[in-house]
Amino acid sequence: METILKPWPWYVSGPLITLVMFLLLYFGKTFGMSSNLRTLCSIGGGGKYCEFFRFNWRAQRWNLVVVLGTVIGGFLAVTYLSDGSIIDLNPRTVSDLAELNFAAAGHTLLPPEIYSWDYVISFKGLAILIGGGFLVGFGTRYAGGCTSGHAITGLSNLQIPSLIAVIGFFIGGLLMTHFLLPLIFG
Amino acid sequence: MKFFKFLLVGIFFGIVLVKSEAVSWYRIYEMFKFQSFHMYGIIGSAVILGALVVWLIKKSNLKSTEGAIIDLPPKDRVVTRYLAGGIIFGLGWALAGACPGPMYVLVGTGVLSMIIVIAAAVLGTFVYGLLKDSLPH
Repeated sequence: METILKPWPWYVSGPLITLVMFLLLYFGKTFGMSSNLRTLCSIGGGGKYCEFFRFNWRAQRWNLVVVLGTVIGGFLAVTYLSDGSIIDLNPRTVSDLAELNFAAAGHTLLPPEIYSWDYVISFKGLAILIGGGFLVGFGTRYAGGCTSGHAITGLSNLQIPSLIAVIGFFIGGLLMTHFLLPLIFG
Repeated sequence: MKFFKFLLVGIFFGIVLVKSEAVSWYRIYEMFKFQSFHMYGIIGSAVILGALVVWLIKKSNLKSTEGAIIDLPPKDRVVTRYLAGGIIFGLGWALAGACPGPMYVLVGTGVLSMIIVIAAAVLGTFVYGLLKDSLPH
């Protein structure tokens, strides 16, 4: 039990993610979390505005149930399956983040400097969350998938387009981390 | 009850994402700084084992529980949409520190401000739908 309560190493976590992909394929579906964003647009009446959201979203209900499960899973993991370990980040990462005014990196899953309400209710804080979410939602549909659809399923299926998408994920991620985050938080 | 198995898969996925720390903004930052093998190990081992699993699925013509042979359709052989969309996604991933799976998981861990990110992601997807025909793919 003690082993379960500690953070899981990559060589346990990675194969378990493969198992999630396999189970969804075995149930006749696919592993693609970002599709739910399109489904939500459709449920919200997006079909009135463009053809892209005119599809039978009821056929995607299974994926919304997966989403509901992940919310429950997140709750169970922090409530019953965690011992409060600090994330074992590289000390360089912690000091780099301290320079960007992030105190106590790794003591929580997410930086309070971005996600705590004190910061969220400021103009800058709100702009960060809305900007980040918008880029993820726009980019993932433009690219036709996210980490689960391209980086895990697409690469496992040896798809060159998915490799291109993953290279794109990294170009964007590196630009943000190395050039834009220092401008935003420095 | 036909949805119950998907609920269980989701619960399992959510637990794995938390326990692996892949839902952590800090781990994403560390990955893009090349300061830890952790995230590369997670994605790399998932893909290597995944390639083996997909190969075995195709070789054995494995049928799904729905009765059809499991098929993974190839993606369009174009570049622009994957590269441009990928870069935009990457910018958001490194800023918000969450991609479309972890977003929901993090709400479950009690980070309710993540709902703002999810709402903005839905808006981003909606705007893509509006602009789809005028964007290069």
